[in-house]
Amino acid sequence: MHRFANPARFLGIAKPLTPFLLWSGAILVVFSCWWGLTQVPAERLQGDTVKIMFVHVPAAWLGMAGWTGIAVASIVQLVWRHPLAGVSARAVAAPGAVFAALCLVTGSIWGKPTWGAWWVWDGRLTSMLILFFLYLGFIALANASSEKGSLSRTAAVFGIIGAVNIPIINRSVVWWESQHQKASITLGGSSIDDSYLWPLFGSAIGFSLLFGAIVLMRMRAALAEIRIEARMRRLAED
Amino acid sequence: MKPKHQRLVLAVVALLALIGAGLLAASALREEASYFYTPATLAKAEVEPGKAIRLGGMVQNGSIKRDADGVTVRFIVQDRDATQQVVYRGITPDLFVEGSGVVADGRLDKNGLFVADGLLAKHDENYVPRELKDIDMTTAEHSQDTLAK
Repeated sequence: MHRFANPARFLGIAKPLTPFLLWSGAILVVFSCWWGLTQVPAERLQGDTVKIMFVHVPAAWLGMAGWTGIAVASIVQLVWRHPLAGVSARAVAAPGAVFAALCLVTGSIWGKPTWGAWWVWDGRLTSMLILFFLYLGFIALANASSEKGSLSRTAAVFGIIGAVNIPIINRSVVWWESQHQKASITLGGSSIDDSYLWPLFGSAIGFSLLFGAIVLMRMRAALAEIRIEARMRRLAED
Repeated sequence: MKPKHQRLVLAVVALLALIGAGLLAASALREEASYFYTPATLAKAEVEPGKAIRLGGMVQNGSIKRDADGVTVRFIVQDRDATQQVVYRGITPDLFVEGSGVVADGRLDKNGLFVADGLLAKHDENYVPRELKDIDMTTAEHSQDTLAK
């Protein structure tokens, strides 16, 4: 666990990994979206509107994956006091919030032509909106701490409590009758035709790589700031 | 116990308690958090006429009838166990077709007819290209949407 605790060793790995994730992610996202927008047939009922799926679904997955990451990092922070846990949790929060927002916005744009409404207060949409607000709360709490590199205990506890919402989002369409349809991709298989499924996987992997690149960039920036601060303090003491 | 293990135990216990509380809350909300009644739950719920509710389900095949005025549409919403007559005055959404999902805003009248003043189409979890729509039920085989059956 503490093998990567040394920030210098982490930076040695993160530095070459960042451009790799960034460029492979960007290329995969552009290619998958081009494929999804131009090479995929219209859907039986929805027509071409279905193509917003290639952004909406990865955004929803990453919004939820981001908070799962925050929760894991919060536990690692509280239990093991790993020096990179706080940095990583705070680095994940901003892109996580952006992807949750992207999911809500694209879902709204998708809902108008298919359902006939921009927004409804059903279980799925409401729990996803709560996730977005949780991100904002977490960012505010984490920034309230004076120490840049660490996560305050309050913020870490908040990160764990907020994780309760993740299974609720996932199960909302099963537990409660909802406007949103049930999951198309489950452990049992997929009810999405292959012509949509492949570009969807492509864009999901692409957005995930981009997400990873953004997180690494933010972690490196945070570690650099910590070093600057430490150096300034030393200079001030001299 | 080392402090590290104490913290680990504390975190695990807290997490389990949280998940338990979440599940309890969710199951308590089981009825209240549903966005609409299905014909079967509506039949059991004894909702008084005139109360604003939502009804959701499948539009029964062959049930859509349009009145001579051109804007009044009558249809039957069904789930696995029950059906419900609906009347709606207005423009129907593009995805409002027989055999597909619908969520209607409205109220029951005294005769048990559901008078809708808003219709939303409900899409199911199956995504099928237009050219394949004639054989779409093969891809939909493992569908979990109970309304579809």
